[in-house]
Amino acid sequence: MVTQTILPLRLRDARVRKNGRVIVGPVDYELPADGFTIVIGPNGAGKTTLLRMMHGMERLASGAVEWQVAEKRARERQAFVFQIPVMMRRNVLENVAYPMQLHGSSRKQARAEAARWLELIGLAEAAERPAPVLSGGERQKLALARALIRKPEILFLDEPCASLDGRAMREIEAVLQSAHSEGTRIVMSTHDMGQARRLASDVLFVHRGRIHEDGPAARFFEHPQTPEARAFLQGDIVE
Amino acid sequence: MKKLFLSAMLMAFAAGAAGADVMKMAVTTSFHNSGLSEILLPEIKADLDLEVQLLVVGTGQAIRLGEAGDVDAILVHSRPAEERFLAEGYGTHRTEIMYNDFVLIGPADDPAGIADAGSATAALVAISEQKIPFVSRGDDSGTHKMELSLWDGAGVGEDVRQVEWYKQAGSGMGATLNTASGLNAYVMSDRASWLKFGNKGDLELLFAGDPVLFNQYAYLPVNPEKHPHVKADLAGKLEAWLVSDRAKALIDGYRLEGEQLFTFNAGQN
Amino acid sequence: MNDILQGLLEAGRLVVTLDPDLIEISIRSLEVTLSAVLISSLLGIPFGAWLAVKRFRHRRAAIAVLNALMGLPPVVVGLVVYLMLSRSGPFGVFGLLFTPAAMIIAQVIILTPLIASIAHQAMREMWAEYHDLLISLNTTRWQRIKALVWDGRRALLTASLAGFGRGIGEVGAIMIVGGNIDNATRVLTTAIALETGKGDFALALGLGFVLIGLAIAVNWLIHILSRTEVSGQW
Repeated sequence: MVTQTILPLRLRDARVRKNGRVIVGPVDYELPADGFTIVIGPNGAGKTTLLRMMHGMERLASGAVEWQVAEKRARERQAFVFQIPVMMRRNVLENVAYPMQLHGSSRKQARAEAARWLELIGLAEAAERPAPVLSGGERQKLALARALIRKPEILFLDEPCASLDGRAMREIEAVLQSAHSEGTRIVMSTHDMGQARRLASDVLFVHRGRIHEDGPAARFFEHPQTPEARAFLQGDIVE
Repeated sequence: MKKLFLSAMLMAFAAGAAGADVMKMAVTTSFHNSGLSEILLPEIKADLDLEVQLLVVGTGQAIRLGEAGDVDAILVHSRPAEERFLAEGYGTHRTEIMYNDFVLIGPADDPAGIADAGSATAALVAISEQKIPFVSRGDDSGTHKMELSLWDGAGVGEDVRQVEWYKQAGSGMGATLNTASGLNAYVMSDRASWLKFGNKGDLELLFAGDPVLFNQYAYLPVNPEKHPHVKADLAGKLEAWLVSDRAKALIDGYRLEGEQLFTFNAGQN
Repeated sequence: MNDILQGLLEAGRLVVTLDPDLIEISIRSLEVTLSAVLISSLLGIPFGAWLAVKRFRHRRAAIAVLNALMGLPPVVVGLVVYLMLSRSGPFGVFGLLFTPAAMIIAQVIILTPLIASIAHQAMREMWAEYHDLLISLNTTRWQRIKALVWDGRRALLTASLAGFGRGIGEVGAIMIVGGNIDNATRVLTTAIALETGKGDFALALGLGFVLIGLAIAVNWLIHILSRTEVSGQW
């Protein structure tokens, strides 16, 4: 099966307004077809809204979010892991199987594929447990498996490790790195500079709703180009 | 689980689609409360293989049911209303079947002294003059209409019947008797409903026997020319049975607490 | 007090002797109300879920109307259904008046807004929870309703049971459209009204206790069948 790639993603003069105030934008940016992009920036900079805007979940006040294929088809090739993942009121296996069932897979097929993913991320033992009783780390793993099960071309993650302990974080990172090595484009926001350095191939620095700087991770961390980025890396900008 | 629901529904609808030998008859509460229907209906079923479904309502509603064609026949006791029903073409004819009588009930100590009254009229006048509480059906039923005609006959007009003592219950005979029992008030009832009534409290039968209190029941089939769907043939079969010697024996023979309630008089007028 | 005691004794006697009339009217009560609850649930639950996921101009007004309809007086519903189904009414040709079907129709009108409204409350909460995921997964409106209804089925069961509770104890509408015909449309509530009218309080109260017992039994049975009380089970 040959599918035309949906990447690169192009944002043109894209703006999101809430309560009469522009909180993100204007953004003009092209997200390259390959890489592991980490979105960083101070609290309230608009990282979440930027990711949601790319994913098509925010109404644009102006501009456009353009993929290489029609919007509806592009959406089906994306996945999103929210900071607080939605635990559907069913068991773990059925949560992971759900996206497959939406797209015409039989219940049996979907469950088999979901079981394989649970094995992969180390949740196999919890398969029959109700999802809402899982711990924070388990929830993120479930959400990750559910996002990856349809093999998206691009995966967005909004601070997936925000409240996890070190072990759970490393498990998540391992899954993300292996997904990336198998060709999944990843765009993820984080607060954790260590995590950013470990994972990023390139960085988007967001401040006050705008992309101030973007480029290869090594360059960004060693030689930030803008004064805001420098201040941020030195810990001078927190908000 | 769903199958059970569905089959229950189908049953419900099947019961709605009436079979060959089922007819509906509107009767008055007083007739039904007498218990006579429980004697007659099984016999009708046995003799005619006809299931008569009774709608127990006041005369006013019984007549409305006949006018709307929602029943096949009515058995009621209010002559003027029956004649209007016929005149407007809703019924084919009127056949008198039997009569029972009304009685005056009141508190055992009889504050108005109606037990010794010479006539029903005198009894009502005594109640109204002393403004002793009286509960009326107030529901446009045959019994209610009979009561109103008695008040009119006694010269006690609507203006005299003040709410302080004249209470309109707006309900069936049993509920009205319950109200009278609760208020310890006078009330007019058909004899059968009174005998069958289970909550007599302090009430007693105080006055009866005046011929103006006789209560004629008549059977009126609904006119199939107005309502082509009515089961005129079944209504005819039932009528033939109701005026037969078989019905006469059952009606005259019916006893409640040792008292004869109904007198068969079909074909006598 | 004595009346109540006699009522309890009468209820015991009716149940112990398996009084055939009691069994007949109890079964009819269940048939009518369960049918009405089933139909009302099939109408009300998807509608409630739809209202939760669909944004449209007069949505708030529609919800207000729905909540107001919960308070429909059964007597008025009964009267309107009666006039509709009467031989001289618009649906008279079907001959449904004074049949269990007429009673079901009246109860469906009474129960649907109640079930839809409770379902809407439950679905609205779940939709707030599921919103991001279902939007992100690019679901159709129908898929969203399906997911909410399926995952919220315990809460929706409560909506249906509330409908059952209202329906099984309802007398005003079914008395009018059913006519309380012996062996045809008499149910527990109309029988209670009848016996009260006759002044036979013991029998009326006995039937009342049977009715309460039946309502409790149905609720309990459904909870057992759906295992709502088993913790950790989904």
